[in-house]
Amino acid sequence: MVRPLGFLVGLGFIAALLCAIFTTPLSNEANASHEFHKEPKHLALSSDGLLPHWDKAKLQRGMQVYKEVCSACHSLNLVAFRDIADLGYSEGQIKSFAKSYDTIPSVNPDTGEPSTRTGLPSDHFPAPYANETAARAANNNALPPDLSLITKAREGGKNYVYSLLTGFQNPPANLPKELQPPTGLHFNPYFANLNLAMAPPLHDGQVTFADGSPNDVKAMASDVAAFLVWTAEPKLVKRHQVGWAAFIFLLIFTGLTYMSYRNIWADKKH
Amino acid sequence: MSFPWAKPYEPQHPLMKWMDEKLPIPRLVYNATGPGYPVPRNLNYFWNFGVLAGAALVIQIVTGIVLAMHYAANAGVAFNSVEHIMRDVNAGWFIRYAHMNGASMFFIVVYLHIFRGLYYGSYKAPREMVWLLGVVIFLLMMATAFMGYVLPWGQMSFWGAQVITGFFSAIPVVGDPIRVWLLGGFAPDNAALNRFFSLHYLLPFVIAGVIILHIWALHIPGSSNPTGIEVKDEQDTVPFHPYYTAKDGFGVGVFLLVFVALTFFSPNLLGHADNYIPANPLSTPAHIVPEWYFWPFYAILRAFTFNFLWIDAKLWGVIAMFAAIALLFFLPWLDSSPVKSSNYRPLNRIFFWVLVIDVLILGFCGKSPAEQPYVIMSQLAAAYYFAHFLIILPIVSRIERPLPMPNSITEAVLAKHADESSAATA
Repeated sequence: MVRPLGFLVGLGFIAALLCAIFTTPLSNEANASHEFHKEPKHLALSSDGLLPHWDKAKLQRGMQVYKEVCSACHSLNLVAFRDIADLGYSEGQIKSFAKSYDTIPSVNPDTGEPSTRTGLPSDHFPAPYANETAARAANNNALPPDLSLITKAREGGKNYVYSLLTGFQNPPANLPKELQPPTGLHFNPYFANLNLAMAPPLHDGQVTFADGSPNDVKAMASDVAAFLVWTAEPKLVKRHQVGWAAFIFLLIFTGLTYMSYRNIWADKKH
Repeated sequence: MSFPWAKPYEPQHPLMKWMDEKLPIPRLVYNATGPGYPVPRNLNYFWNFGVLAGAALVIQIVTGIVLAMHYAANAGVAFNSVEHIMRDVNAGWFIRYAHMNGASMFFIVVYLHIFRGLYYGSYKAPREMVWLLGVVIFLLMMATAFMGYVLPWGQMSFWGAQVITGFFSAIPVVGDPIRVWLLGGFAPDNAALNRFFSLHYLLPFVIAGVIILHIWALHIPGSSNPTGIEVKDEQDTVPFHPYYTAKDGFGVGVFLLVFVALTFFSPNLLGHADNYIPANPLSTPAHIVPEWYFWPFYAILRAFTFNFLWIDAKLWGVIAMFAAIALLFFLPWLDSSPVKSSNYRPLNRIFFWVLVIDVLILGFCGKSPAEQPYVIMSQLAAAYYFAHFLIILPIVSRIERPLPMPNSITEAVLAKHADESSAATA
């Protein structure tokens, strides 16, 4: 009973699929933007690979780029001031860094009226806009995404961030009219839709680093991408260290279990 | 039940004797996974995956309980509470990545366990009930994994929930009201997130219960083996402990090595970048893709693009996707060959490997965007999937001429060793 019924059910599904095959067009809708879209460039960082470490000077420079450039529009909601101890700042430096922000929303302890206070190490980086509406109103109705997780939230991660920041260019001459950037958008082949609301944010020499490191667009983009790898995955280096300890322990453990397995089975053919 | 030669449990210590009279749990363990359970002596490494699936479930329950202590199932704060675990909870990043990759490891070992059963005919009499309960566990795992993926409330969480609960709206007439009732709203929101969290916490314990039934049903006929020949006498078997506890110990070691490599060195390899974007009902991702373990079924769902027999293509897809799993319940009766192991079934062995490739193709199509050539690939592969189980397998089991089989497990083992030693002397 099962087999004849199963046979009929199988034929039914196959017939439905054959009809689907013969009615589905074999060519895709033409999508010219694929042609002009580019895969991200590779950016090598010290946090890559199986033995990563943080390049603290680079992360500090990246944070400076974030603070002086990106933070005008982009929030960093998930990162607290205390977290930047990872970047090599001392407790005193963190306290005074937090204190340099004087617009942390608060309540006046005497009157109960809304007020502001200076930052504490436990505060998070303040967002540039009070809410989404304010952000859109200031940015031609585009919403600048929060950057805390950006290198994990985009395919290509750090490579994508680096490529996007260094990829602004004039549209190619053969770009079809419908793909030309409308007013207020900017051509960037690394962006999925090719045209992006963000204007080129970095210019050569824009940020001056205390250590005299190069400050061309590529160097700054690389620094800020490295910083955003850290904001997205602050436990990355620790994770690899613990991982190696666990892996080596398990190698020994597995070796021992293998030997006891062979030992116990030594007298049994199987 | 067990074989007559099974070692009887004889407690020596007065405390164990006292315990045995009051609540014979040590006796149960002794007879289930101890020296009192005789197991065929010729099991290969594919027989490790049942224990590994059990280990994966324990890891998921332990890490999950800890995560639930820090997670907040509220649509407003769920995403940030996961990031709180990743950043501020002591070793929270480890617990969360272990849980996330533990789900993948669970599915990897369960898929290997299922395909082991398919190749060696483990679903056949007298073990049909073991197989049926296994399919129930698989369904429960899929439900649990789906609801767990919704909890971080990222973009794929939200849109995955939107697509999966959308299956119910394919049911004619009553579909939409059912969907609204299940979700507690017109779209996934706080009500849905809360009930998913509740069920995600409940179902693993239901799985644990069905696993007990699965093992109970297995212990009535005893374990199968690579030859598919039933145990005939004592020399065909070894006691589970220490023989298979030792072998499973080694298996657990290898499993943990892979698990640790994935969790610590590439924890987001099997995930999707979009799930690190908070859920946004107003912005649809370019490609909605489920977790990798659902890809083959997702491909079957999307392969149906034609309103065949005036039934909506979407409904066809949903029915076919559920049928792709439901047909496994009928497998013991679709395959009528008396021979279990494909080692002795030359024709079935070929079709088994074709099925493996077919499922891999379906998985690849499920991952890929709904464009050509992936659409036609998924349509052909889905057609083969149904053909394999519902048409080819019943015919093969009828026309196939099995290879000559040894008389007993011991004979097969000794013949193998004779071959090896003659090869060594030659």
